[in-house]
Amino acid sequence: MIAEGGHYALVLALGLALIQSTVPLLGARWRDGALMNIARSTALAQLLFVALSFAALVTLHVTSDFSVLNVFDNSNSLQPMIYKITGVWGNHEGSMLLWVSILALFGGLVAAFGNNLPLSLRAHVLAVQAWIASAFYLFILITSNPFLRIADPPIEGRDLNPVLQDIGLAVHPPMLYLGYVGFSISFSFAIAALLEGRIDPAWARWVRPWTLVAWIFLTLGIAMGSYWAYYELGWGGWWFWDPVENASLMPWLAGTALLHSSLVMEKRNALKVWTILLSILTFSLSLLGTFLVRSGVLTSVHAFATDPTRGVFILLILCIFIGGSLTLFAGRASALKQGGLFAPISREGALVLNNLFLTTACATVFVGTLYPLALEVLTGDKISVGAPFFNLTFAPLFVPLLVAVPFGPMLAWKRGDLLGAAQRLMAAGIASLFAIAVVWALARGGGALAPLGIGLGVFVVAGALNDLAERVGLFRMPFATTLRRAVGLPRSTWGSAFAHAGLGIALIGIVCETTWNSEYIGTMRPGDVARVAGYELKLDGQSQRQGPNFREMVASFTVTLDGERLSVMTPSKRTFTTRGMSTTEAALFSRGASQLYISLGDATADGGITVRIYHKPLVLLIWFGPVLMAFGGMLSLSDRRLRVGAPKPARALRGLQAAE
Amino acid sequence: MRRMLATAFVLVLIGCASAYAVQPDEIMSDPAKEARARNLSRELRCMVCQNQSIDDSEAPLARDLRLLVRERIAAGDGDAQVIDFLVARYGEFVLLKPRFEQQTLLLWLVPPFVLVGGGLALWMYARRRSKGGPDVVPAALTADEEARLAALMSADVPAKKP
Repeated sequence: MIAEGGHYALVLALGLALIQSTVPLLGARWRDGALMNIARSTALAQLLFVALSFAALVTLHVTSDFSVLNVFDNSNSLQPMIYKITGVWGNHEGSMLLWVSILALFGGLVAAFGNNLPLSLRAHVLAVQAWIASAFYLFILITSNPFLRIADPPIEGRDLNPVLQDIGLAVHPPMLYLGYVGFSISFSFAIAALLEGRIDPAWARWVRPWTLVAWIFLTLGIAMGSYWAYYELGWGGWWFWDPVENASLMPWLAGTALLHSSLVMEKRNALKVWTILLSILTFSLSLLGTFLVRSGVLTSVHAFATDPTRGVFILLILCIFIGGSLTLFAGRASALKQGGLFAPISREGALVLNNLFLTTACATVFVGTLYPLALEVLTGDKISVGAPFFNLTFAPLFVPLLVAVPFGPMLAWKRGDLLGAAQRLMAAGIASLFAIAVVWALARGGGALAPLGIGLGVFVVAGALNDLAERVGLFRMPFATTLRRAVGLPRSTWGSAFAHAGLGIALIGIVCETTWNSEYIGTMRPGDVARVAGYELKLDGQSQRQGPNFREMVASFTVTLDGERLSVMTPSKRTFTTRGMSTTEAALFSRGASQLYISLGDATADGGITVRIYHKPLVLLIWFGPVLMAFGGMLSLSDRRLRVGAPKPARALRGLQAAE
Repeated sequence: MRRMLATAFVLVLIGCASAYAVQPDEIMSDPAKEARARNLSRELRCMVCQNQSIDDSEAPLARDLRLLVRERIAAGDGDAQVIDFLVARYGEFVLLKPRFEQQTLLLWLVPPFVLVGGGLALWMYARRRSKGGPDVVPAALTADEEARLAALMSADVPAKKP
């Protein structure tokens, strides 16, 4: 019953979405408030029904109802409860249901909190949301129904893929989807603006918080996924330039560009056409990512060709939405009036430069990800595009961008003074040169690029602090004044400083990890000692342990540094009984921001075990940077400008009544 | 991230992933040669895996390729010769960084073209605008806003709030 109920709720949600995608538009055309307001109720009702459907699938997984195919394929009664729940989205059908749930959530939020939007804009936005929702409900119901029953229910399930049995699955996909799908709101706003043929700075102010929310989640989602891959895969890498990762990086790059260009639009009423285009592109890239990951086209073009139903369906959705929105854009964009003028050297100019580089970086990832597919389809030739290509093309694009980052906030709107900005950045420049000199003098090995990379990172971090110091008049004014100014500084200023500093910190982590990473590969027997980066790791012994649905072989290492005993590390190798697969659980030991990392290989015939040990200096900064960026985003989100900037008719009315 | 997103992808990886690649018995005695082998390994693709270099992959094929690379290095080949040898045997597919050739022209040229093209477009746009292009025109009010404005203007609004 629960499965059928969930299925039915999803069908009802489709019905509601179809109403929501048409009736409000008619209402807007006839200027009928009641019809336009239908969008609000249907969006909320849609959220309710999708939530019911999702809850149904969760219930089926939690109660281990193996008569449902999805539960049978991805769950097992012995699995710990947390993995029974996360297993809901650890598969194709469930993750698509999560996708539409989050889409409905965002639609519901716009409906519930969009009271300050003009009625027709809200109707248009929600209608466009409903187009997307309808397409994906249809996709799930036709090709990927998670509620299918098995005629002859088995007694036990096949277990969730062991690699996915990790806390990372609980956090990473929902965050990533909140980011991906969150950009649908800025897409809907852009389409609504094109349909209405109107766009003004207030539009940017309404869109910005939604874009910011999506960006925060996407940033955290990508960082979380990277850390998960780092500790779960067991070879110490944290970014592989894999097509699946690139699929999430592209919307992030475009979304970051969008955040910056919408700032120009909000403040100066310029870059309207470009901002609209970016909104469309960002969500298009999210859709593209969904297509790449969900169609199987990445595994091989041939796999895609043998079972094309899903892939072709998503490709169709992709073509309709991207093609349709770009056509609409081409037809309407010229009607949008251009706004304020600005000189090339100005805050606007800096933000345009930011957009140029981010867009090019995005295009690079795009072409690198899709080129092998396109070439194989067109000519049959197979080539590979992997990490070495991206490292070579991506880095030269990011270096000038990072150099420019500290200058941006220092320049004035409309017409800036580059020399003045450089003078005010003197402190950051000195800090950077100092860092380069120190690293140069102390570092062993690593070539000339590493100190420069660290210097650049320090420049970005110090530049962000420098900007704050300038604004509060640090050391130039009495301390009390400085403090008062710091309190009075807009949160968004703090936010951008934190986000920029996060970028620099991540860069420092990346440079340190790639340059001074040391490793030990060898076969060890109990009592053997491995030496890595000054640490001594002694293999004490191995033991067997029984987990809930796996058996594991645990090795125990004692870590000492200069004779002082620091910790015991216990990496393990798990064998999952149901699927007969094994995973490697790396052991991590953090000291400051650096980590020791042990992963186990196979046991050898003579009682030894192959071991790989890494010392990764300052590796944690790679993820601390994005967390700081997301924190900056949250600060910016709490800026009162975003909350009180737009007029609220309801409250104004209350004010009038009180006056009488 | 790659873990979760593609179930199909994960299934492929299972054959390849599981911890690690270079085995103790493969390591060359000369550290300089071993370092060269490692660097070359990172540029070469394990052809049965999903986007993994032979340095990362645990698949048997990757091991064979690693041993082959080391064999060639031990035989005195230069880096370019080793790469040529592998490409002659396994095709361009083995390279994670494609060579600059006719069929990869677009791949290599898109990034600089977008950057230079975008820069040029911006420059021309800025020039056109500074020579007095379409100026700032305030957007007209919508019919809704006109109606609200009219209503506000005619309504008896109290002059002051308490």
